[in-house]
Amino acid sequence: MIRFDNISWHAGAFRLERVSFTVPVKSYAVLMGRTGCGKTSLLEILCGLRRAQSGRMFIGGRDVTNEPPGERGIGYVPQDGAMFPTMTVRKNIGFALRLRNRSSDEIQQRVNELAANLGVAHLLDRLPHNLSGGERQRVALGRALAAKPSVLLLDEPLSALDEELRDDLATLLKNLQRELGVTALHITHSRSEAARLADVLFRLDDGRVQEAPLLAESQ
Amino acid sequence: MSTQRPSPFWLSLGVVTGLYLLFLLALLGATATYTTPGQLWESLGSREIRYSIGLSLVTCTASAFLALLLAVPVGYLLSRGRFPGKPWLDAALDIPIVLPPMVVGLCLLIFFQTPVGKVIDGVLPFTYTIAGVVLAQFVIGAAFAVRTMRGVFDHLSSRPEDVAMTLGCSRGRAVWLVTLPAAKRGMFAAFSIAWARSLGEFGPILVFAGATRMKTEVLPTSVFIELSVGRLEAAVAVSIVMVVLAMVVLVSVRLAGEKL
Repeated sequence: MIRFDNISWHAGAFRLERVSFTVPVKSYAVLMGRTGCGKTSLLEILCGLRRAQSGRMFIGGRDVTNEPPGERGIGYVPQDGAMFPTMTVRKNIGFALRLRNRSSDEIQQRVNELAANLGVAHLLDRLPHNLSGGERQRVALGRALAAKPSVLLLDEPLSALDEELRDDLATLLKNLQRELGVTALHITHSRSEAARLADVLFRLDDGRVQEAPLLAESQ
Repeated sequence: MSTQRPSPFWLSLGVVTGLYLLFLLALLGATATYTTPGQLWESLGSREIRYSIGLSLVTCTASAFLALLLAVPVGYLLSRGRFPGKPWLDAALDIPIVLPPMVVGLCLLIFFQTPVGKVIDGVLPFTYTIAGVVLAQFVIGAAFAVRTMRGVFDHLSSRPEDVAMTLGCSRGRAVWLVTLPAAKRGMFAAFSIAWARSLGEFGPILVFAGATRMKTEVLPTSVFIELSVGRLEAAVAVSIVMVVLAMVVLVSVRLAGEKL
């Protein structure tokens, strides 16, 4: 479960005003809004990369408002994948586990398992600059999931992909979220993505978030 | 197979670059032909010149390392930090670049006459010593290294660092594990620039560390000393040594950086 409770944040003329909404546990939530309306900022506030001026945030009932980003139990997939450029795919995926001083056998096993699930097992020894956009997003997803977070935050993960890849990755995202039982918050401005993925849909307009009716897939 | 003719745009850029390169080569060529291999060899055989080559290599390397140690955190702060007074800090860090080199030397000399400076000088003597040569080179080299590192961090996305933080890193650890490895080439470039600036530095060294043979004599000082006693050929020979040394070191550092 993710809960925003009266979160406010201002930067110049740009503002989020007393944002409050709850993403139910193990559901796939989609947050829609126009480009530049503050979706990414809201996600970054939940990650702990920006500090809200007021309000509180809860993950699984735990108040994470003042916790450092790495202790919030989140997996974050930014829009461009944001690979670690000097590390191979294997090291990118195993990064969170190395930080936690897991044994090399355990890291290897988890990396292989994720790589197989994500279809990137043949890329493990490549550097990120040798990957396509779709491959990068799959690796970014593996990296975010490696430490088994309870929450997965996805910042327009499909927007830079062509249509066919977008469909494949959307299916993969939904299946993984179901299998792993994580709570997902996916932000997008695409109605088709929202229609396909959302169990629960929110809209961000004029700095406020409101729940919206689900969209039909044909829309 | 048809060959594509370059457009007038690229041709004109090529002509401008070619003319500039020709001018530089003409300068070097004229200097090189002013001396003979014999005179060059004789200069290299001189105990004073060999000392000055050695001291230049050691002090430039030391000051470039120190400049890099300073440039990485300061460049990062300027690039990623948001704080009041940032434009003022940015401008203040350029002071060594805009000040005439002699004035930098004079400032150093005066600072070490203040009570604080005297205490520092009492612990580690800088005035008219080799440490003073390194400090004078560092003041100028560091300003250029900071500019370079700031540019490097400006061009590196902060996103990977953010992701590393969500995965469990502190900010410092994220910079260490993710950003600095990605900035390696830029760090080599900053080191090269600081090294090259240090090799050519003369004014602050002359004023602050003096021009004592076999003590604080670096290559530009040798050129100055040889010129001041009328040995133009020896001054030219030392200049050629400097050019060759600079080329060898800078190309080596660049090649090492490209292999990373």
